[in-house]
Amino acid sequence: MTNEIEIPELGALGLFRYSWRQLTSMRTALILLLMLGVASIPGSLIPQRDQNPMKVTQYFTNSPGAARWMDRFSLFDVYGSPWFSAIYILLFISLIGCVLPRSIEHFHAARALPPVTPKNLQRMEFYNTWDSNGSELDRAHSWLKSSHFRILKTDNSISAEKGFTRETGNLFFHLSLILILVGVGFGSLFGMRGEAIVNVGERFINVPTTYDSLTFGKLFSEKDLPPFVITVDKFVAKYNPVTNMPEDYTLWVTEVEKPGAPAVKKIIKVNHPLTFGSTNVYLQANGYSPIVTVRDKAGNVALQGPIPFLPQDGNLRSIGAIKVPDAKPQIGFVASFLPTQARDALRGGISVFPEALDPKLLFSVWRGDLALDKGIPQSVYRIDTSKMERIGLHSLKPGETFFYDGGSITFEGIVPWVNLQVVRDPGKTYALLGGIVAILGLLASLFTRRRRIWIRINDDGRVEVAGLAKNAAPGLEEEIKKLFRLLNGEK
Amino acid sequence: MSQTWAYISNYCIYSAMAVYTLSFFAHAYETAWAVRSPQSEEASSANLLTKTLDYTRTEKVARIATAMMILGFLLLFAGVIARGLSAHRVPWGNMYEFSITGALAFTGAYLGALRKYDLRWLGLLVSIAVLLTLGTAVAVLYRPSAPLVPALKSTWLVIHVSAAIISGGVFLLANVIAAAYLYLDSMESKGPRSAWAQRLPSLEVLDQLSYRLVAFVFPLWTFAVIAGAIWAESAWGRYWGWDPKETWAFITWVAYAAYLHARVTIGWRGRRAAWLCLFAGSTFLFNYIYVNIYGTGKHTYSGL
Ligand code: HEM
Repeated sequence: MTNEIEIPELGALGLFRYSWRQLTSMRTALILLLMLGVASIPGSLIPQRDQNPMKVTQYFTNSPGAARWMDRFSLFDVYGSPWFSAIYILLFISLIGCVLPRSIEHFHAARALPPVTPKNLQRMEFYNTWDSNGSELDRAHSWLKSSHFRILKTDNSISAEKGFTRETGNLFFHLSLILILVGVGFGSLFGMRGEAIVNVGERFINVPTTYDSLTFGKLFSEKDLPPFVITVDKFVAKYNPVTNMPEDYTLWVTEVEKPGAPAVKKIIKVNHPLTFGSTNVYLQANGYSPIVTVRDKAGNVALQGPIPFLPQDGNLRSIGAIKVPDAKPQIGFVASFLPTQARDALRGGISVFPEALDPKLLFSVWRGDLALDKGIPQSVYRIDTSKMERIGLHSLKPGETFFYDGGSITFEGIVPWVNLQVVRDPGKTYALLGGIVAILGLLASLFTRRRRIWIRINDDGRVEVAGLAKNAAPGLEEEIKKLFRLLNGEK
Repeated sequence: MSQTWAYISNYCIYSAMAVYTLSFFAHAYETAWAVRSPQSEEASSANLLTKTLDYTRTEKVARIATAMMILGFLLLFAGVIARGLSAHRVPWGNMYEFSITGALAFTGAYLGALRKYDLRWLGLLVSIAVLLTLGTAVAVLYRPSAPLVPALKSTWLVIHVSAAIISGGVFLLANVIAAAYLYLDSMESKGPRSAWAQRLPSLEVLDQLSYRLVAFVFPLWTFAVIAGAIWAESAWGRYWGWDPKETWAFITWVAYAAYLHARVTIGWRGRRAAWLCLFAGSTFLFNYIYVNIYGTGKHTYSGL
């Protein structure tokens, strides 16, 4: 490698050529590769928006100054940040720029014959010479041939080469990295991802309004949502009675792939999503929805149905909000649900097991303005009680009713809910293909040895045999020794 | 029934630790006693080396040391299997189980390499490393045997985790050798090697050996990462999410790719290559220790 930097000819073309050569050089690629590794570190130490939004919000509350400053450098969105993208885009341009020309070169070289035997063989790594017995060339030829060398034979010499697979494998490996990136890019442009909480017994219809959260790739259109309907029939969660850890989740559904298609019963488990083309439906989380009936003073039903509550710990103590906007004045219940209730001296009501063995609904009743029509999006699990007054505090078991001033609430029972995650990723097949090719290419390139062997009979009747291993690969010595013995007539 | 297996597993692992301790002492004895102090007539001779090595007197101990290592490996193997039987699954559900399997893979890599290379000198370091790993596992990481959480119930657990653990064992062996390289290199730069280190291979051999080990398992590590991605796709709905564990697996991959590049295409050898190898290996350890215990990602299976 020369260290003198050629001063490029002035002019745009010269400058471009110069930059291109620099960018596609091995050294640049290596530096970019290391930079990519280093650049991905902060994202693993600082909470990221798309993985842990709550923690990011916490950061902003705890130290707003630092957080705002960090946000300017996209430190909460490292993997989508301009600087991270810049590194990998440069790396892959660099990769393409160097691998494509090499592939073409290799394609031509693969069909060419080995170069002719050089004059000075004694300079090679392995060298031996002796008086010819006349049969060496033929013996060497048949041995090299049966060992699958590529051979160039002249009157008095043989030049043989083996191990082209190394470079082929290496090129396939590098090309496959490009394929993986294409797959990733394709998936993020044409993909979508959404989540929805569905109570057992309810239907999920795949249209945007059904989702609780939904993000589209830049080139995804709503028309691409496959028109399936899923009915959630039954959900069973099994827990270990000693450790309280979950052991198994099973979800029974009925799917209708598109309008008019037959209804089919299916089972979804954590590692077994439901598949519609390149769209998968995953079982992501689960919890409980208490079923309540709220009546006004006259006994008319103001609200009835299951309300999803949000789990807070491993034993599924859940919090939720029951909002009755139609009551006059409005009524809200700030509630928590305990699947297996117990009392703790410090924390009050707790749950001691995630299954609903002894369920209880605890709540406070609030009257006033729920502040729903302000246009500010509100969490469905919380109530803004700043314009309300508390008029009661109670707990209910299933079937019980509580009367407060202005109406009543009945805790009818519970039904589990599941969180369905719907993901479309049309690029994943390419990424997978890239991954497989990468491994095969690596194996081919790391486990084949590239080497050359020459044999020449000189005019003075002496035989010269020499070998050279590329990349100082081991094993040539054994091979050459075998050849020496063979040529010398030993077995 | 499963409790019985759990007890058997624990006893196997305690016994393995005892046997590894014996192996450690035998290796230490060998290293120390092969050095012979000069006899009076030798000291007066022109020989400048004041100490010599005499392996004939330690050969028996050295054989015992290796035999203990093999016995330790077998006991540990039995311990890992029994742990799996106790929970009716592969024994890779929490950090205690990763550690005992990792120690098994590490000893396995050493014993495997020992068949081809004269690596007995490494035995001292290997037995210390295994004892530390098992000690931490038993004292800090131990959890009662229990079934898996639903996300871990997959064939990919077997495929992905076994590939990762084997790669880890070999990476760490390469690291130990790179560290030995750096140590001997700095010793040699000050003068001839100390007597006890004379038996150790030449710097070139060490350099080649750590490269071979890395080149040998790099495809396996690549496979482990890809298998993890396939599993993540079926369990979490995305094959890559920059979860801390995934990120550090990627960093390790990039670091070893850079190491291979530096060697194959730029021709780095010796010190610089050894440092790069150590750096890459430390990203692996960081992932295992820090991310498992303090990480917040989806890979929270340490059971701690
Ligand atoms: C401009 C970009 C790149 C160039 C010019 C390049 C070139 C090369 C060359 C010449 C080799 C040695 C092949 C041999 O002699 O056997 C090699 C090996 C390798 N490259 Fe790259 N590479 C580039 C980018 C990358 C990237 C981005 C990665 C991975 C993230 C990578 C991973 C590897 C690995 C793992 C090997 C080892 C395979 C072996 O030893 O044969 N390379 N590369």
